[in-house]
Amino acid sequence: MKPSDWLMINQQPFKIAIASGKGGTGKTTLSVNLAAYIAEQEDVVLVDLDVEEPNSGLFFEGKLVHEEDNLKMIPQWDESLCTLCGLCPKVCNFHAIMQLGPTILVFPELCHSCYACAELCPVNALPMTPKVIGKLRDYQVDKLHFVESRLNIGEEQAVASIAKTKKYVAGKYAEVRIALFDSPPGTSCPVIEATKDADFVILITEPTPFGLHDLTLAVETMRKLEKPFGVVVNRDGIGNDEVLRYCKAENIPVLARIPNSRKIAELYSAGKLIYPEFPEIRESLGHILDYCLSTAERSPA
Amino acid sequence: MKIAFTAAGTNWDSMIDPRFGRTEYIVIHDENSEELIAIDNSAVKNEAHGAGTATSQRIFELKPDVLITGNGPGDTAAKALAHMKMKIFVGAQDMTLKQAYEKYKSGELKEV
Repeated sequence: MKPSDWLMINQQPFKIAIASGKGGTGKTTLSVNLAAYIAEQEDVVLVDLDVEEPNSGLFFEGKLVHEEDNLKMIPQWDESLCTLCGLCPKVCNFHAIMQLGPTILVFPELCHSCYACAELCPVNALPMTPKVIGKLRDYQVDKLHFVESRLNIGEEQAVASIAKTKKYVAGKYAEVRIALFDSPPGTSCPVIEATKDADFVILITEPTPFGLHDLTLAVETMRKLEKPFGVVVNRDGIGNDEVLRYCKAENIPVLARIPNSRKIAELYSAGKLIYPEFPEIRESLGHILDYCLSTAERSPA
Repeated sequence: MKIAFTAAGTNWDSMIDPRFGRTEYIVIHDENSEELIAIDNSAVKNEAHGAGTATSQRIFELKPDVLITGNGPGDTAAKALAHMKMKIFVGAQDMTLKQAYEKYKSGELKEV
């Protein structure tokens, strides 16, 4: 299958997630530069799924084309119906419900919207009701479509917002060939949600002991999810060569090495793209993109 | 009066567990009967979230008048505990239960 046929067969963009074990290794740097690079030629969607601290938007001054609330369903106690049978705190795996004598307390920030209490309550005294937990915003700069979700301060559950944002993108941008997902750091639930339906995952790391440690966790996660993935080494030149040796020993493709450079750090901190100033990085982005798309040929259609 | 401690062990010489939600034990001292009862709270280790509310629920059921702990409850647990009449004293980390009880009696622990 040719990459250009991908869309026709799947009717969805080719989804590339940019993830990392360790934070601060360059997910956003790579995401925004790759997105801008692709947008020189064709429409592309960049989705910031790091809903706890989205920052890709700092690199674009786009026109806001759409905005909507992100909701989470939480139980609301109906005192008039409740018989105080004591079942709801027992069935809540997340300790989001307490029974204090004649009072049922719901802790919305602990609730995972599993519906167990609402469904199992014999008298329907805990109906699920929507709560606004953040906002989704969709911006456009020429061919680049940028979607981000942002949790309200104090909200802890990133997964629902991530899932909802992906759904929005799937519905609105089904006809765009490539979608990039800037993922949260780590290997916990938000990362799983952000990467689980990606067609390819780029793991970006730095060549340091911390970078390697967290990279191995990310690799194990991606193997468990059975995702095709490759590694980009950022700040190449610092640390040691353990990351490269690890990738070689594990047969993990190293898609690019971005040099450690004060100029890059300065551009990034000023909210600017780096590849227009560095021809070799432009070349690396092309190489990364070609590699990602080439995996479409190998995937079962 | 019933006094509850967050404790790393089960007797008067045990250290106060400075954590509220993830305390190893809840030890209850009944001043009337002079009994000391330890409740194992270690199952809370397996909880990724909600340790504060889980421990609060357990404490609510024990109905102490006073809670003596270390760092003090987190935000969620504090909201839950606000619904109880119990007084909460903090700052007893690095003390044994006995020392903490004496400090409480002499009014040297901070009430929240």
